[in-house]
Amino acid sequence: MSNAVENETKSSWSPKIVAFVCNWCTYTGADLAGTSRLQMDPNVRVIKLPCSSRVNPLFVIKALERGADGVIVSGCHTGDCHYSTGNYHARRRFAVLHDLLHFMGVDADRVTFAWVSASEGNKWQQVVNETTARVKQLGPSHLFQHQEGGEGQ
Amino acid sequence: MSELNDLARKLLSECTVKVVIGYEEGSRGVRPAFITDPEQACKLVFDTRCVQNLAAYLNPRRKQITQLGKPAIVVKGCDARAVAGLIREQQITREGVVIIAMRCGGVLQRSETASELTSDTVSVRCAGCNDRDPKLFDHKLGELPPEPPVNPHRDEQIATLEKMTSAERWNFWTGELSRCIRCHACREACPMCFCVQCTADKTQPRWIDPSSTPPANRAWQTMRVLHQAGRCVDCLECERACPEHIPLGLLARHVANTMQRRFDYVASEDPSVAAPFGVFRPSDDEEFIR
Repeated sequence: MSNAVENETKSSWSPKIVAFVCNWCTYTGADLAGTSRLQMDPNVRVIKLPCSSRVNPLFVIKALERGADGVIVSGCHTGDCHYSTGNYHARRRFAVLHDLLHFMGVDADRVTFAWVSASEGNKWQQVVNETTARVKQLGPSHLFQHQEGGEGQ
Repeated sequence: MSELNDLARKLLSECTVKVVIGYEEGSRGVRPAFITDPEQACKLVFDTRCVQNLAAYLNPRRKQITQLGKPAIVVKGCDARAVAGLIREQQITREGVVIIAMRCGGVLQRSETASELTSDTVSVRCAGCNDRDPKLFDHKLGELPPEPPVNPHRDEQIATLEKMTSAERWNFWTGELSRCIRCHACREACPMCFCVQCTADKTQPRWIDPSSTPPANRAWQTMRVLHQAGRCVDCLECERACPEHIPLGLLARHVANTMQRRFDYVASEDPSVAAPFGVFRPSDDEEFIR
């Protein structure tokens, strides 16, 4: 670990967490959490997608590689998908991604999968706070660490 | 092997096929052969050195071979799984290929030197093989040889890795993948890598950094393995092609284990079985989802 990162850990470091959420359930649920004035850790950056099945496993890897300390992937509960079956298909891909990340040594606590419906503002608050706490526990991610000058886009 | 040579000669001289894809004697062990002349059919051989999965040459991405015309292909059971996979994924049609299946008693790890099959020399993929007597074929040749010895090396290594802490696993993969030179031989050798444009070659946006850095190597292999999930037939051509001897077969086996445990899916020689990512069960396990 470089000195800069080490200093950051000791003083002001606060995790960066990227959330890939579906438009129909989790985004609306997160909106509800906001309008209900629920207190949440301000570490999560939300990226809205049409459906959880839009989440290419590569998004998660890319987020970690580009410096995210944690990732949340969230969509509708099974059976509630706006597109009927999108999240069933997504669930299969997430299962393989989850197991593969574990096998390659990525701490399971860095990547959170959750189903949050449009009415579950409280659950979103819980997912955000718990994930942030777990990632804080693990410290800064130097996992897929982006190399200087390595990337075009 | 005169049975094989006679069949190849017959198929070519009767113009049933334009090319027979098989194995021939090369300067360094057996090598893939593309026989278009019935006179050359005598060159074909088949023995325990025939490690290569020739189904890679049916891949429509390989225009230089597909342009030769209708092929016949010499396959082992494991290669037949790849042919079935290409049919399942609609890359080739069943009618478009003549499958010459060889009953198989296991193959060596490398094609260069002939030696006795022992638990050290036999390929790890032969352990527990159910396809020694192929089920997808037009012509099935040879007598069924006795079952080969079991090479437990890979399963032992996976068990060891599973027991490690995630930091230890991370270090193991960092060490292995740091040798990757990003030659993409694993992709080129793979019979199931059939995308017209690979995500790794895309530049707008650039998903995978093409330089050989640890994070880029890790992202590349993670992506490759995920794209092969449910397609991989465990032929281990990726590992054999790797000039840096990175144990890519471990990743392949791990994903295959996941597929079997979670979705009861095992790569088979039946092209009518649906690909596991094309279907789902409402009862699929979701213990990892909060």
